[in-house]
Amino acid sequence: MTEMTDRSASTATSGGPVIDARDLRIWYGTDRGPVKAVDGVSFTLRKGEILGLVGESGCGKSTLGRGLLGLLPEGAKMDGQLRFNGEDLLALPKKQMFAKRGAELGMIFQEPLTRLNPLMRISEHFEETLKAHEKRIGKAEIERRSMEVLRLMGIPPTRFRSYPHEFSGGMRQRLMIALSLVLRPSFVVADEPTTALDVLVEAQIIRILHDLRREFDTSLLLITHNLGIIAEACDRVAVMYAGEVVEIGDARDVFAEPQHPYTRELLRSTISLASTGLNFIPGAPPDLVDPPPGCHFHPRCPDAMNVCATTHPIQREMKNGSRTQCWAADLRNGYAQDLTPEQTTPLSREEISVADEA
Amino acid sequence: MQTKPEPAVVGDDLIEMSELEVHYELRGGTLSRLLGVGAGTVKAVDGVNVTLRRGEVLGVVGESGSGKTTLGRALLGLAKSTRGTITYRKPRAGGEHPEQVVSKMSARELRELRTDLQMVFQDPHAALNPSMSIETAVGHPLKIHGIASGEELRKRVAAALERVGLSPAEQFMRKYPSDLSGGQKQRAVIARAIILDPEVLVADEPVSMLDASVRAKILQLMLDLKADLGLTYVYITHDLATAKFFCDRIAIMYLGRIVEIGPTDEIFADPKHPYTKALLKAIPEPDPHKVVPRDLPRGEIPDAASPPLGCSFHPRCPEAVAECGWESRDLRNLLEEHWTRQDPSVYESEQGLVGDLGVLDKPQKRVTIGKGADSARVRQLLDRARAENPSEPLWRGVDEVRETEDGVEVVFHKGYDPLLRPSGGVEVACVLYPEPVTPEPARPEDDRHGS
Ligand SMILES: Nc1ncnc2c1ncn2[C@@H]1O[C@H](COP(=O)(O)OP(=O)(O)O)[C@@H](O)[C@H]1O
Ligand SMILES: Nc1ncnc2c1ncn2[C@@H]1O[C@H](COP(=O)(O)OP(=O)(O)O)[C@@H](O)[C@H]1O
Ligand code: SF4
Ligand code: SF4
Ligand SMILES: [Mg+2]
Ligand SMILES: [Mg+2]
Repeated sequence: MTEMTDRSASTATSGGPVIDARDLRIWYGTDRGPVKAVDGVSFTLRKGEILGLVGESGCGKSTLGRGLLGLLPEGAKMDGQLRFNGEDLLALPKKQMFAKRGAELGMIFQEPLTRLNPLMRISEHFEETLKAHEKRIGKAEIERRSMEVLRLMGIPPTRFRSYPHEFSGGMRQRLMIALSLVLRPSFVVADEPTTALDVLVEAQIIRILHDLRREFDTSLLLITHNLGIIAEACDRVAVMYAGEVVEIGDARDVFAEPQHPYTRELLRSTISLASTGLNFIPGAPPDLVDPPPGCHFHPRCPDAMNVCATTHPIQREMKNGSRTQCWAADLRNGYAQDLTPEQTTPLSREEISVADEA
Repeated sequence: MQTKPEPAVVGDDLIEMSELEVHYELRGGTLSRLLGVGAGTVKAVDGVNVTLRRGEVLGVVGESGSGKTTLGRALLGLAKSTRGTITYRKPRAGGEHPEQVVSKMSARELRELRTDLQMVFQDPHAALNPSMSIETAVGHPLKIHGIASGEELRKRVAAALERVGLSPAEQFMRKYPSDLSGGQKQRAVIARAIILDPEVLVADEPVSMLDASVRAKILQLMLDLKADLGLTYVYITHDLATAKFFCDRIAIMYLGRIVEIGPTDEIFADPKHPYTKALLKAIPEPDPHKVVPRDLPRGEIPDAASPPLGCSFHPRCPEAVAECGWESRDLRNLLEEHWTRQDPSVYESEQGLVGDLGVLDKPQKRVTIGKGADSARVRQLLDRARAENPSEPLWRGVDEVRETEDGVEVVFHKGYDPLLRPSGGVEVACVLYPEPVTPEPARPEDDRHGS
């Protein structure tokens, strides 16, 4: 399969990771106490790699994505280590932290129309973006570079001087992608970029994102709640639950053989052409001010054992190469052999009401 | 786990839509007059024939802009039909089915109709008034129809909430929409829709705004309600995967028309219309062995105010042939696509050669480009574009490229607007599936566009 060769080529690129996050924590201060939206997340992202980030609403995906770009709202705090091309951003004085933003870091949003100025031509959007980072750039150069990315996004040069409202929904999302790529950033976060689009246009956009590495060296964090999109577009996948990455690994391996019960249940609850039944995970993700003790997933987990309600599992490397934090996965992979029979007894819990849902 | 329900015992015809049209006249149509399109009419629903049978789930599937919501609204008398009829056969005790024509109903009759037909909308956040408690919102239909009040009203609201899983009802009655999650809001909207004990529920994309993990729960609820309350569903969606699971029959809509309709199993086992095939291929599947599909239709659903000539799907159709309705606007798209592959300098010189692309915006079967330019060079440009992508379907529909005194004239093949015709176990509207008996196309495109 050609896709396979694509993948190994991109992951074998030399040099250190573009993003290296260690024990990243992000919280929002509220009246009720801190919302621990990202709670000890570690991962790396290599040059040209696409990492999918998946999980139910409220698990902290957008917070993580924005935190990596320094786009957090007022009142949010970030802690831990975040290396961007080797440099620890969080160790720098606040002012310099994300000074690189824009030129080297990019963001693609779900709703392109709200991000484009209706009174500005497309050409002017590009001019503004390019001039913000390269003050002396000339008109011809602006046009050359803008037209080049537009072309790669399949937008005809005849539309260069059009206004945003003259474009269809899918074209606007292509524009948004073109705008975030014109500075050739090395890291881009796309937060639910296709959620507002129809299935055929969504597929076109996924293909564009998947093919980015052919023309750009950009590493991409693709946030979505659609597992189908991850399977088709991403090299690796990180599954997020209650502020933590509970499983991360090669997308194919994780989809073929999910190690974490949450990953498995998310896959089972996705309605696909192959579905012969309706499955779902009872309950909803927890309140991140006060998540459940032990494994945060234990109140909803079909595999939960006594130990899960008291002791937080540790992230470990599983036989298929993925990293997972789960006691049951540990036992299957030869870890945690010292758990007592009492600790591995199935946990008895109250039933969750059907309407307790996200 | 709930497996796919056995096909329900499908009964008598309940609602019959015949030649149904809902056209919206657009005002201030200077632009449309300039473009020469039929005075700014949006053909949101454009000649739909389909009969809803009691107890079935009929899926209406298509991209946004295909007319699904308008069709659903027309069923309830919320959108006025400009032609055709909707006949409702109200089931009565004793097996009598008096016929009622929705478009001829008085305001009072329409109100009564809505006790039998209810709609669940796509956006649960917009469907609930933020300043109304859940109790007031869900009980609203009982109140406006004067069916219940006071303690009786309260009791029926509580029962409806329990029925949709918002339990304990007492707790949810006091809440406001902002206290509820997306899934819970949609449950409340469904409670409001079933509180009058309707016959038919038109569910307009009831799960598409919800988190993927909540969709199965709401669909499960709808299946349970159908079984408990003997409902008939019209399930509107852009997602063939949920339709496959949920529906007995599926109608695929594109730009106001049904382009394929048949039993769910047949549609999935052997999709016929190129649009159906495309929708199926585009669904992102969580299957580690599937790869990004490469041969998907280009472009997006066109503006319903000026639909393509011939078959509406032809500008995007990977299988299109000469008869599909090729015209001037397709040539514009082709040139623009060609220029996305050229260097800026090539683009500039070629664009200068062709001149104003505006001449292509008015739908025409013969058109002259490159007025005043060297016609040999214009022709060479077209030849280059063709050589670059010889399998481009448009060229199948070009009968002639002629150098004339004032430019290069492109003449397109006569096209047809395919009607829905039986083919195998389904009906499909595509020239690739001609009428088995009468070979002549029943309706030339000119009929439709009245030019
Ligand atoms: N600006 C904010 N202030 C307070 N809490 C927030 C803010 N933004 C998000 N949160 C909370 O943080 C958690 C994670 O949210 P988010 O990152 O948006 O998750 P996701 O993108 O996975 O849906 C949620 O509990 C959410 O309510
Ligand atoms: N009230 C209206 N006035 C004018 N045009 C409308 C109106 N409602 C819908 N339309 C148009 O009709 C077409 C079909 O819309 P709709 O029924 O909402 O499709 P769908 O539900 O499949 O997205 C679209 O082009 C839409 O813009
Ligand atoms: S640690 Fe226990 S509760 Fe958590 S996912 Fe694993 S088995 Fe389930
Ligand atoms: S008639 Fe059939 S082949 Fe022709 S464009 Fe339409 S769908 Fe495609
Ligand atoms: Mg989010
Ligand atoms: Mg709609």
